[in-house]
Amino acid sequence: MKDMHLDGAQAVLKALEYEGVDTVFGMPGGAILPVYDPLMESSIRHILVRHEQGAGHMASGYAHATGRPGVAMVTSGPAATNMVTPLLDAYMDSIPMVCITGQVALPAIGTDAFQEADTTGITMSTTKHNYLVTDVNEIPQVIHDAFHLATTGRPGPVLVDIPKDLVAAGSPKAQMEWYDPSGHDLPGYNPRTEGDPAAIAAAVELIIAAERPVIYSGGGILRSRAAQALLELAELTGIPVVTTLMNRGGFPDDHPQCLGMPGMHGNYTAVMAMQESDLLIALGARFDDRVTGDRGTFAPDAKVIHVDIDPAELSKVRHAHVPIAGDANAIISAMVGGLRAAGVADAQPDRSSWHQRISGWQEKYPLTFDDHQAGDLLKPQAVVETLRDNTPDDTIVVAGVGQHQMWASQHWTFNHPYTWINSGGLGTMGYAVPAAIGAQVGMPDRTVWAIDGDGCFQMTAQELTTAAVEKIPVKIAILNNGYLGMVRQWQELFYDERFSETHLGANVPNYKMMAESMGCVGFTVDSPEAVQATIEEANAITDRPVVIDFRTQHDEKVYPMVPAGASNSELIIHPSQRES
Amino acid sequence: MSDTIDTAGNVPVWHTLMVRVENKAGVLARIAGLFSRRGFNIESLAVAPTDDDRFSRITIVVDVSSASIDQIVKQLDKLINVVEIRELNPATSIERELLLATCLVGTAEDRRDLLDLVQIFDANVLNVGFDQLMVSLAGSQRRLDDFEALLGRYGIVDIQRTGKIALSELAKVDDGGMQADTAR
Repeated sequence: MKDMHLDGAQAVLKALEYEGVDTVFGMPGGAILPVYDPLMESSIRHILVRHEQGAGHMASGYAHATGRPGVAMVTSGPAATNMVTPLLDAYMDSIPMVCITGQVALPAIGTDAFQEADTTGITMSTTKHNYLVTDVNEIPQVIHDAFHLATTGRPGPVLVDIPKDLVAAGSPKAQMEWYDPSGHDLPGYNPRTEGDPAAIAAAVELIIAAERPVIYSGGGILRSRAAQALLELAELTGIPVVTTLMNRGGFPDDHPQCLGMPGMHGNYTAVMAMQESDLLIALGARFDDRVTGDRGTFAPDAKVIHVDIDPAELSKVRHAHVPIAGDANAIISAMVGGLRAAGVADAQPDRSSWHQRISGWQEKYPLTFDDHQAGDLLKPQAVVETLRDNTPDDTIVVAGVGQHQMWASQHWTFNHPYTWINSGGLGTMGYAVPAAIGAQVGMPDRTVWAIDGDGCFQMTAQELTTAAVEKIPVKIAILNNGYLGMVRQWQELFYDERFSETHLGANVPNYKMMAESMGCVGFTVDSPEAVQATIEEANAITDRPVVIDFRTQHDEKVYPMVPAGASNSELIIHPSQRES
Repeated sequence: MSDTIDTAGNVPVWHTLMVRVENKAGVLARIAGLFSRRGFNIESLAVAPTDDDRFSRITIVVDVSSASIDQIVKQLDKLINVVEIRELNPATSIERELLLATCLVGTAEDRRDLLDLVQIFDANVLNVGFDQLMVSLAGSQRRLDDFEALLGRYGIVDIQRTGKIALSELAKVDDGGMQADTAR
């Protein structure tokens, strides 16, 4: 498109439209105000949040659910600093996001102007990359580059900071002729996608020789859209698969080879299978400390094949015998080809004794929890299972951080990719409500349930007002135990039951009234008989958000558990499974 | 540069990296931020534009007792503005550093001795005060370390070293363009 005179504000919106953006989550303010004016004529839907952190997590939830980059736009200073947490959250979990921030006018930068913050300085370590635009003519190309960086290689958040005098309609510095951006002049950015064929061949050899192999699948499976390739690799070789917290749904839970989640609150079988394996096939996983426990004693006999798009992850934590940098989908497909060519079915050793050990663990140590006792409040695990059994199979489940997150991950059956959204790496309490809203905006025809804790809910609940006004029918199940439950659990187990500052109280706020005040439907459930009926009632509401306050037993703990820093072999199992 | 031992008992091991970066605002902050965030130690860092004004060249001397050189290079390479990283092999690279120092020369004898030292090291006198001399020396890090140690007896009023810059040694025979340093 040639000879189109635009001001910087119009150019920002045109650049976003050029990238195919349909939704922006944000909130206007002084420095970004000029960009909000032409927004009234744009095709882009804007979701007006109540706090900028909400916009960031909504963009992240949207990206998780759709695979398209989420976009947030906020003003300078405090709005930009409110965006720091969502940016780092997305960076840790490799979520593609583009954030536009307003900045004070160029001559005011560095003068401690009103609502000035060194946004690019502050977000340098919380983004994959960031830009401070200094010339209006850069806008189309910088935004084009930002989307390219956010969505390619290892995905992540990219921030573009734009001074007000480059977008203000009347400003002489804000006048430009639109041009369609083309290509990317990024000489230092060449992400490798194809894996080294020699390394892939070496991986094939290790796989064929292994006696006790385990596929350790991480969030990279979802980011590279490799769920189908993973299924092929697993079925071709018969090797069992663990799915990390970031890859729940990336391999179907009801598949006989699926061992579920490993790690600190992983199930016994997933933890032990990795621990006892002689070959870990790590696909898009990064040996996070919550998975490995004490590194020195983690999977002591295992050789490692490590596939990751980010070369810096290879041998960062655990030495990789076969490191392969590149895109998981491409590399897994190449491995499948190599294994077929090598006649894997006949070439592999008989692994039946390994598989018997695994099924023995599964039989002896399934996930379990105590039955409900009369007079007690609800069992949170039972609430999760009832919710699971009374919602569509492809329901998108969103969690915050803490006990409720672990119970949701453990007790839900994830059979489809992109149905589980949570804050993994950063562990951001308050993630669920805004992320669920973002997911629902991206996937309007799906049922979206947030499973949240009462502590988490109070951090970002104000965004339910956003959802009510925008008629975004997310559903929130609060597992309300009146405590910062996971911290309480640590205090009970490791701090002699000294419950320092973890009691929130289950009755204040009144969650039903709080929900109603924000334009949502609110329910309170405290008896097991009412759980299913209330869920069904909530499912029938499709024109506004619903909040159910499930009153749960406060001393319920997440089992199994590997104490922080301990070896995975020191897994604490549910009391009913311990030898007396 | 003394081989001091940190509290964890690690003896520093120095590697020299040549890093070519895009000449963009904030690129030095990105590198400094990365090193501080990941706990990598920098011994010295020298930066200047190259003949191509799109790029600058940075020579970084890093301590690899804190992290593997592999991890340092890979993390640096993740920075979008970093275009190329080469690890210079000390055995086959030519390195130079510049030192400026102001020394106290209270007596005629001290002044004569210091001028002797300047002559022996092929250093230069840059400025003369009534009881002080300012000297400079360019050379290898080792040579500068020796010179600095010997200046010590005169009382160093002020000293500034630039940090090392380095290039690969040139081939002495036609080896088909084999590089002495390691492309990363």
